[in-house]
Amino acid sequence: MSGVPFPSTALDSDLPAHARSTWLEWISTVDHKRIGILYLLTTLFFFGVGGIEALLMRIQLAWPENTFLGPDTYNQIFTMHGTTMVFLVVVPLLLGLANYLTPLMIGASDMALPRLNAFSFWVFLFGGILLYFSFASGHAPSAGWFSYAPLSETGYSTRSGLDYWALALLGIGVGTIATAINLIVTIVNLRTEGLTFRRLPLFVWMVFVNSFLIIFALPALNATLAMLLVDRQLNAHFFTQLGGGSPILWQHYFWSFGHPEVYIMVLPAFGIISEVIPVFSRKPIFGYRFIAASTVGIALLSVGVWAHHMFAVGLGHAWEYAFGASSLLIAIPTGVKVFNWIATMWGGSIRFTTSMLFAIAFLFTFTIGGLSGVTFATVPIDWQVTDSYYVVAHMHYVLFGGTLFAVMAGVYYWFPKMSGRMLSESCGRIHFWLMFIGFHLTFFIQHILGLDGMPRRVYTYADHPGWAAMNMISTIGAFVIGISMLVFLANIVMSLRRGAFAGDNPWNAWTLEWATTSPPPEHNFDSVPPVRGLRPLWDLAHPGEQTP
Amino acid sequence: MTRYNTAKLSMAVFLASEFVFFAFLIAAYVYFYGAVVQGPRASNSLNPPRTLVFTMCLVASSATMWMAERRLRNADRREFRIWLGLTIFLGAVFVFGQATEYAGLIAKTITPARNLFGATFFTLTGFHGLHVLAGLISLSALLGLTFRKNFGAKEISGAGAIAMYWHFVDAVWVVIFCLVYASVWI
Repeated sequence: MSGVPFPSTALDSDLPAHARSTWLEWISTVDHKRIGILYLLTTLFFFGVGGIEALLMRIQLAWPENTFLGPDTYNQIFTMHGTTMVFLVVVPLLLGLANYLTPLMIGASDMALPRLNAFSFWVFLFGGILLYFSFASGHAPSAGWFSYAPLSETGYSTRSGLDYWALALLGIGVGTIATAINLIVTIVNLRTEGLTFRRLPLFVWMVFVNSFLIIFALPALNATLAMLLVDRQLNAHFFTQLGGGSPILWQHYFWSFGHPEVYIMVLPAFGIISEVIPVFSRKPIFGYRFIAASTVGIALLSVGVWAHHMFAVGLGHAWEYAFGASSLLIAIPTGVKVFNWIATMWGGSIRFTTSMLFAIAFLFTFTIGGLSGVTFATVPIDWQVTDSYYVVAHMHYVLFGGTLFAVMAGVYYWFPKMSGRMLSESCGRIHFWLMFIGFHLTFFIQHILGLDGMPRRVYTYADHPGWAAMNMISTIGAFVIGISMLVFLANIVMSLRRGAFAGDNPWNAWTLEWATTSPPPEHNFDSVPPVRGLRPLWDLAHPGEQTP
Repeated sequence: MTRYNTAKLSMAVFLASEFVFFAFLIAAYVYFYGAVVQGPRASNSLNPPRTLVFTMCLVASSATMWMAERRLRNADRREFRIWLGLTIFLGAVFVFGQATEYAGLIAKTITPARNLFGATFFTLTGFHGLHVLAGLISLSALLGLTFRKNFGAKEISGAGAIAMYWHFVDAVWVVIFCLVYASVWI
């Protein structure tokens, strides 16, 4: 057996607190809350970088025949924008929230594997740095965020940008898988007494299902990247026609990761919405089991729809109909959720906080994005609009109007828990309206541009009727989003210094994270309240009453 | 409260991800199998009987690992070390076999660049070889830990997780052997 346990107090330095290095504490931390905050700050930084890249593109596209960015630079910028937003912002942003919140919501003191957790964060950070180091090597990757072969092969991408891209994504992928393992084990193993899977907060449910998607999707990407690297470094021909290789295999492999990835980027956002809407409607969530079960349905369907990204390849009608049908099916469990959220708000006494405004905006924009998604599943429509700005509009409605609006709802909701201070509501409203208006200005018009035939990923365009005006509107919208982000940053900085104190439970919410101080102590809970239903803090405040 | 052994549960989830990783590499091998019409391929370049011998070593190492675990449960640390050492030896023999096989192929200029057989063969068996190496490092670390005084419950559950990994890597090899080598005999 192990020897005499080391007294835990012996680990504390005898030095007074101020003499210890705060930097060193943050760098060496294995506390899930600090790691969660590190994730959030890092993704905020990369969001700024990716956002500046977006603005550069919008300046270039503001009017026809513009020469602000050359074609080669433009290719690098849109590749880096997409790669950054997918791999360095949306996914790690959601993992950061999951990291911070999951142990608190299940009444645990930390993740199951705290050191692995720190490892995940650091490989993610260094993966991001490696990706951006490609600029220093002379040429960033420029084959788009899905790097179709053979464009991504040495014959067409001769410089090392693509190698950095593949290596960075491999590192980030390993970190993501490690986090998913950690989250699954934490949720299975460390739930507090009485917290059964039928009482699990929906955010945790979504994170749980999401982690399984990561386990099954990210290794596919890693295997694909490994093959690309073998091609590029050892002169093999997996994905080049030369020597019998198959560029189509790249598409199959990439999208069998890439489509589950789309849901990896949105399921935790569904979780945030499922926490925020009931609290600000003062009603329990409507159809708890349907929301949880439909998530499992989405996850299962999402691994069987990848070829809907490939309708333009010419796979044959039988395949196209099959994948079109399976893609249409996803609308059902997603629709179930949207109806559940609306039904939760129905008849509730809704409090229009900034968080709730973002949640309602999510419902609105995500539904539009979902509907344009359904049009893509219809094969002939896909043939018409594939690779046009209609795709760009759809994708941003889902990922920006969907996930990012939900994350903002989550940030306004949980910031008091993380910092102990409230974000300014008046500042928040300005942020919300600027972001909402800016978003729709930027992206709604892109549907029309796409239907009018403007291809995506071109650095400039001829002066077709209406295109200049529509692109200018889109550019103006992008800058409005940029300004809204500055308001958001200012709100964070000011509120951290002067915000009102939050107290333990400023929203009168019901899940366990609100049963401890804000911010929580390192061990999270002095005592975890008993869990007898879906809303433990409501039960605590109403002893003897049945949960409605 | 902890419901399941953390180390073993984590390993099980990790192995699920490894399963997907190898599934994609194996699928690529199968997908390109028919594409190789000339030059080196499995039937004219590999030596299945020789590889069968080394495969036996790897399979035997799974058995010795199982024996080692049983000794650990009986708290017999000395015998545990013997079985563990035997496992490491058999695993190392397998890696030796693979290294000499690679050297022979490369001497005949059969490389990933030569054709799709080279690319798929080296990628699939190479990643498997790296996994065996990682297993050998873990097993050696475990062996080192047995010489420390405080070899307790934590180390024992860690040993269980490493054993799961080792059995998994062996099982993947059996699939690869059947698919890549033994199929030559059919």
